[in-house]
Amino acid sequence: MRKLLLLVLFVLVATVTYAGGYRVSVQGQRAIAMGHTGVAVVNSAELVFFNPAGLVYLENKLNVSVGVTGIFSDVIYQNEEFGVAAETDSSMGTPLNLYGSYKVNDWMSVGLGVYTPYGSEVRWPTDWAGSHLVNEIELAAIYVQPVVSFKLSEHFSVGGGPIYVRGSVNFNRNLNRTLSDIEGNRSNVTIDDSGVSNWGWSVGAMFNPTKNFRLGFNYRSKIIMEVEGGDATFANVPNSPAVGLTNGSTSFDAKLPLPAELTVGLSYEYQKWLFAFDYNRQFWGVYKSLDIDFASTPTGPDSVNPRNYQDSSVYRFGLQYQATEKITLRAGYYRDESPVQEGFFAPETPRNDSDGYTGGVSFAISPKLAIDASFFYLRFEEVDASYDFYQENGQNVPFGGTYKSSIIAPGLGLTYKL
Amino acid sequence: MIKKNIKYIAILALGLVACESEFDNPIEESGVYTSGDLDLSNYVALGNSLTAGFADGALYITGQENSYPNILSEQFALAGGGEFTQPLMADNVGGFSDDPVTFPSRFVLVFEDDGTPVGPARYTGGSPSTSFATNLASSFNNMGVPGAKSYHLVAPGYGNAAGVALGAANPYFARFASSSETTVIKDALDQKPSFFSLWIGNNDILSYATSGGVGEDHNETGNLDPSTYGSNDITNNNVFASIYNDLVTALVAGETEGILLDIPDITSAPFFTTVPHAPLSPLDPNFGPQIPTLNATYGQLNLAFAALGVPERSIEFSTTTASPVVVKDESLIDITADLTVAITPVFGPLAPVVAAQYGQARQATSSDLLVLTSSSVIGQLDTDRVAELVGLGVSQEMAGQLSVKGVTLPLEDQYVLVPSEQTAISNAQSSYNATIRAIASANGLAFVSAKALLSRVAGGGIPFDGGVVTSTFASGGGFSLDGIHPTPRGHALAANAILEALEETYGAKFPKVNPGDYGTVTASNEVN
Repeated sequence: MRKLLLLVLFVLVATVTYAGGYRVSVQGQRAIAMGHTGVAVVNSAELVFFNPAGLVYLENKLNVSVGVTGIFSDVIYQNEEFGVAAETDSSMGTPLNLYGSYKVNDWMSVGLGVYTPYGSEVRWPTDWAGSHLVNEIELAAIYVQPVVSFKLSEHFSVGGGPIYVRGSVNFNRNLNRTLSDIEGNRSNVTIDDSGVSNWGWSVGAMFNPTKNFRLGFNYRSKIIMEVEGGDATFANVPNSPAVGLTNGSTSFDAKLPLPAELTVGLSYEYQKWLFAFDYNRQFWGVYKSLDIDFASTPTGPDSVNPRNYQDSSVYRFGLQYQATEKITLRAGYYRDESPVQEGFFAPETPRNDSDGYTGGVSFAISPKLAIDASFFYLRFEEVDASYDFYQENGQNVPFGGTYKSSIIAPGLGLTYKL
Repeated sequence: MIKKNIKYIAILALGLVACESEFDNPIEESGVYTSGDLDLSNYVALGNSLTAGFADGALYITGQENSYPNILSEQFALAGGGEFTQPLMADNVGGFSDDPVTFPSRFVLVFEDDGTPVGPARYTGGSPSTSFATNLASSFNNMGVPGAKSYHLVAPGYGNAAGVALGAANPYFARFASSSETTVIKDALDQKPSFFSLWIGNNDILSYATSGGVGEDHNETGNLDPSTYGSNDITNNNVFASIYNDLVTALVAGETEGILLDIPDITSAPFFTTVPHAPLSPLDPNFGPQIPTLNATYGQLNLAFAALGVPERSIEFSTTTASPVVVKDESLIDITADLTVAITPVFGPLAPVVAAQYGQARQATSSDLLVLTSSSVIGQLDTDRVAELVGLGVSQEMAGQLSVKGVTLPLEDQYVLVPSEQTAISNAQSSYNATIRAIASANGLAFVSAKALLSRVAGGGIPFDGGVVTSTFASGGGFSLDGIHPTPRGHALAANAILEALEETYGAKFPKVNPGDYGTVTASNEVN
C-alpha cells in the first residue's frame, strides 16, 4: 500500500497534458497494444480502469501497472473555395496511468487507479480562418479511483468504486470573424479555470463460464464538470459601448460533460493465444451545447455553442501471443465512431470516424517485473465537414472545409507483481 | 524511471512524427490553382485612393492591408504570385503629422453609453505620426495615390514634397516618388511590371461631386489643359481619353497583361444618399414650433415668387411631415433685383438683403442630392452670416432668424448636387467608361465594371455568408465612414470581381475570398 501511495503522490506533482480528441483511449499499455480491449482480460492492474471486478482473479497479492503515452496529434484543414489552409501545432501530450491492486483475501481485492480518459489539446495558428470558433484549447481531466472487487464464485465477480475527477480548461477564440481594435488586432476571449472537481463512480462484473473464456461488463458514470467563477479575459476589444464588453477579466460559468461509458466484452484463451473483444458505448448525447455565461453580462449565457453530440460506439479487437517465456506480443484494431454529427464538426474537437491500429510487446525482466511497450496509430479519414451553428447577426454562418487528422502514440509502462 | 522512459519515447517518436497528415489534393501544391496566361511575379497596381486602401477619410495601415490589390496579391501567391509591397503608413491613426488639419486622422464610429450610434468622428486616441516629407526611398507594388486624377499620373513634380503645401503635389506620392520630378507612371514602368491593374478616373468627377459641384465642368468650358484645372473641376472627356490611352499604351508595352476598372456611379455612394432632401422634422423641438412663423414670413416671399412668374420657388414647411431644406440652386436665374422691388413694400429697408438671400433659392426636391457633410450644418446657425447681416444694418434678432442653414439661409452650393450638376457628372462618367471599355477591348485586357458592382451593392445589396453588403451608411458594410471609400469587405468584393475577370480573360483560376472574413467600420469612443 505504501507503494501505491507513493505513486499517487507522484501523479500529483507531474504535469499532465493531453492530445487528440476529447476522449483519449490510453488507459494502459497492455490494453493499448491490444486495441484498448480489457473488460474481460485478466492480465494486470489495468483492470482498475477496464473492469474492477476482474482484480480479484489476479494471481498475485500485489499488482502495479504504470505507464506513459506520448501522443502526437496532427490536424490539417483546408478550404479550396477560399484558398485557406491551416495545421495544428502538434505538440506532444504525455498522459500517465497508474494502477495498483492488493488482494486482501481470497474473495476481496482493493485497488487504486489514476488515469486520464478525457482531455484535448488543439492549437491552431492564432487568427486562422476558424479563429472565431477556436484558436486553442486545452482540456484535462484526471480521474482518481479507489475500487473494491468481490469474488462471488470462481465464475462470477463484481467490483467498482467512486471516482474523483479534477479538471482544468483553457480556451481561446476570437469574438467573431472581424471585430478588432483600432490597430487591427483581433478581439478575443480566453477562459481559464483549473481545480474543477466532481465525483462519479464505476461498476463492473465478470463472468467466467469456463477456465478459458471470460465475459466482462463495466459502466462508468457521467461526470459533469461545472466551472463556477472561472477567469474570462477579453483582449483587443475596441474601446466602444457598441461592443458591450471591455478589455480585462471577468468571471464565467460553464459546464462540460465527461460522458458515461458502457463496455461489454469477452476474452478467450487458447494455448499461447488470447483473443479479446470489447464493445464501448459512449453516451455523448449528454453533450448538447457548450454554453459560457460571462459575469459581466448579467442575463443569459453569452456564448451558446450547440454541439448536439450523439451516443457513439467503438468496436475493439485485440490479440496476444506468448512468444517466449519472457516476450509477449500484442496487436489490435478498433473502429471508433465519432459522436459528432453532420453540421456540428467544430475545429476545437476535429474528430470524425477513425480506425486505430495498435501493437506492443512486453518483456519480462524478471518474474516480477515486465516492461510494456505499446504503440497505436489512429487514422481519421479525410472529411469534408462544417460547423453550421456559429451565428452572426442572428444568422447561421457555416465554417467548413476539408479536415484530416492522425494520432500517433508510442507508450511505455511497467508491470510489477508480488 | 518514468522520466527516463519519456526520453526513450521522445527518441522513438522522432521517427514517427514525420508521417504527418496530408490531403489527397493539397491546395498549396501546384495544379489546384493556376495563373493561366498571366505572369504574376511582379504585380503593380495603379490608381487612386481606392487602390491605395484609403478608408474612413484617411490612409492607415490596416486599410492598406485590406486594399483590393493586397487581397489579390494574397490569392495570387497561391499560383506564382510574387511579393507585393505597399507604402504602409506609420500608424493606424492616419493623416500626416506635417499637416494634420488638411490631412486629419481617420473616422471611427462613436456610440452612446447605451449602445446607440452617434455617428463618425475623427479618432483622437493617437496623433498622426506619418510625415510626407520622409521619403521611403523604395519602390512599391501598390502605387495607388489617394487624390490622384487621371492626369496626375503623368504630371511631373506630383511627388515633390515641397509642393504639397502649395497644393501642387500629392503627399501620398511624395512618400515614395523616386525623385521630385518623376511621374507616377514612370515609377510604375521602372518596376517592369509583369502584370498591372489600373483604376483611375474616379477623382476626375468625384471631387466635383463631393464639393457639391462648386468646381467647373470642362466639358462645358472646353478647356483641354489640365494644368489649369482646379481641384474640384470635371476633367474634359477628351483629356481623359487621351491620357488614359497613353497610360495603357505605356503599360502594355512588352506584352504586359493587365486589368482595367471603370468608374462607378459615385452618386450612389452613401456620401450622396444618406442625408434625405427633406430632413426637417416638425417633431424637432428646435424646428417644429417655429414653423407657423417661418411659413408666415415665407408666405410674403411666395407671393412675390408668384408675381415674378416663378411660383415653383415657393417655400413652405409642413407641420405633419418632414420638409425639404432650402437650397441655393446656382442653375436658377438670379432674380435678386426683381425680388427686391417686389418685397420692398413688406420688408422695407431689409428688402435688398432678403432678396439677395433668396435670389436663387428654392426648396430641395427628391432630385437633389445632399452631401454627407450637410448633415452637420442643417439647422445650425451661421454665425458669420449673422455678423454679416448685422453689418448690413439688420437687427441682431432678425439676423439670427435669417441665418439658420437650410431653413432660412439656403444651403450653399457645396452641400447640394442639383440635377444639372448630376448630369454633368454622369455625362463625364459615361464618356470615361466608354473610353476605358474600348481601350480594354482594343488591348485584349481584362475588364471589370466597377459601375456594375457598385450598382449591385447600392441596389439590393450583395449577399454573403453573414448577411448582405449594402451601401447604407455605417451599417451597410460596403462603405467606410467617409461615405465614399469601401470597407475591407467592399475591397473583398472588388477583389472577387477582378479574380472572376482574370478567370474569364486569361484562364486563371484562383480561390475567391470570403467577404465575411473582412471587417467593416471600426467603433471607438476615443474621440474628442
